Amino acid sequence: MAQPNTQKESWGTQIGVILAVTGSAVGLGNFLRFPGLAAQYEGGAFMIPYFVALLVLGVPLAWAEWAMGRLGGSRGFNSTPGIYRAIWPNRASPYIGVLGMIVPVVIYMYYVLIESWCLAYAYYFLDGSMAELGKKAALPGGGFNKQIYIDFFNSFTGSLENGALTAAGGWAPLAFLAVCFAINFWLIYRGLSKGIEKFCLWAMPALIVCAALVLVRVLTLPNVTEGLGFMWNPRTENVGFVQSLMNPEMWLAATGQIFFSLSVGFGIIITYASYLKKDDDIALSSLTSCAGNEFCEVALGGMITIPAAFLFLGAAQVTAASGSAFNLGFNTLPMVFESMPLGRAAGFLFFFLLFLAAVTSSISMLQPAIALLEEGLGLNRRSSATLLGFVTLMGTGFLFYFSKNSVALDTFDFWIGTFCIYLLALFQTLLFGWVLGIDRGMAEIDRGAKVRVPRVVGYLLKYVSPAYLSIIFLSWFYKQATVQEGNRFVAIFKDPTVAMAVVFIALVAGLFLLLIGQSVRRWNQHREAQT
Amino acid sequence: MTLGGWVVMLLSVGGVTAWFSWCVYQVLHEPGATRKMHSQIDIDTRDRG
Repeated sequence: MAQPNTQKESWGTQIGVILAVTGSAVGLGNFLRFPGLAAQYEGGAFMIPYFVALLVLGVPLAWAEWAMGRLGGSRGFNSTPGIYRAIWPNRASPYIGVLGMIVPVVIYMYYVLIESWCLAYAYYFLDGSMAELGKKAALPGGGFNKQIYIDFFNSFTGSLENGALTAAGGWAPLAFLAVCFAINFWLIYRGLSKGIEKFCLWAMPALIVCAALVLVRVLTLPNVTEGLGFMWNPRTENVGFVQSLMNPEMWLAATGQIFFSLSVGFGIIITYASYLKKDDDIALSSLTSCAGNEFCEVALGGMITIPAAFLFLGAAQVTAASGSAFNLGFNTLPMVFESMPLGRAAGFLFFFLLFLAAVTSSISMLQPAIALLEEGLGLNRRSSATLLGFVTLMGTGFLFYFSKNSVALDTFDFWIGTFCIYLLALFQTLLFGWVLGIDRGMAEIDRGAKVRVPRVVGYLLKYVSPAYLSIIFLSWFYKQATVQEGNRFVAIFKDPTVAMAVVFIALVAGLFLLLIGQSVRRWNQHREAQT
Repeated sequence: MTLGGWVVMLLSVGGVTAWFSWCVYQVLHEPGATRKMHSQIDIDTRDRG
């Protein structure tokens, strides 16, 4: 009887683990948000705070989150408020965990909207609409009329006017959003299963291969070195290099992007880590996830979108802070696909695979809140998912209606996707370094580890990371206090859409604070019953 | 593209590629890594109901 081919099986399992670990981190942030932000802050200058944040904050804090999550799980808690309470038995700690609720839930509200744009663009490549657009945009002497693509995107997303998507009677944006929402909640109701994992295991390499092919096309465009120079030259158009590095908003944005991209300071890692066994590896898993994410972000996402955007849209359009950071890819990539052989197939494949990568990210965003509702209020998964479905539908609906210039989306993305993630990350570094302590914290990281994490990481988390975060935060606050233009606080009082978006975020936070309060009462009753 | 730009680009892209390659090598050569490594996609939250 023939022996089974255990060598092949072993290789397949190993590759599968690498793809699963990488696929968990890869999503819209790599191919859309990062290029948009890097372009806004003129590429080369942005990469310095980006890499500093990656090494000093992103990777160490990812390890810390996995460690604290697994520790909290061993003490019977899976939600961020519960885990914080287990590590720091203080009255305030579960309520600080509200950040671990509103960050993933509010980000989900706009993430699923952008996911629907990916699905729509994939569909439009498949049904030939993009090819028709390409014919309309083609210029006699070669090249494209970029305004055709920009107008198409603005029309589809309702950028021209609030309520544009509901007033015009067009069904398409709403239909794609409804399909995305339905797919997300169908998967959330079922819970992630081996089927989803196996499905992602071919989608991830397919996305990387597709992105690599698009990269080859971009790198063979005429004058591509000018586009690459825009991305990588350590200079800016308007101010000197050193002066450009003194912009605290850029440091805040770069740090926020690292956190967003690695899912650190999100509340997601700490929740999922709580389900791990004591001797499961977190060191190599986390490191591989971060490395795979950065490969997709810097080597693929950044190299594709920004040079192409510079060449097709021009520097002025690229650096103009118009709308959300996510918009750049949708304005640029269709022109790249139009200019390449089999562009229709490549465009469909790229946006569809991006949609799949986004789905695996978005369904994980609701697990933190589900965990709180289950362990704090005693609800089952279906009831928790139903309640969350209602809350997130309100938020996504708000963004769908208030679509003008993507102001509402950008407001959510800044206050939650940058500011609150920042606060949560700062709290977690302090929790790990000063409450749990670096000896216990590093021992937790080392347990079951397949690589040895350098001891210096503990000292980074205790001393360097909080100082780094605090300095940038205070610098940003100081700049906000002294300038009017681009002032996020002034915008709340000047722009009604911004004000409504901030009020909505506050209402969601209020709701979760009530739920956390109820959960704390329940946990206290349970503890008293046991003693 | 300036010389500085080429240096920054090659260091950045080369760095993340080398880092990812090293991680892949570690996974492939570390005994038992696959049984103990996990990600959000494959972690069982044990709450199907």
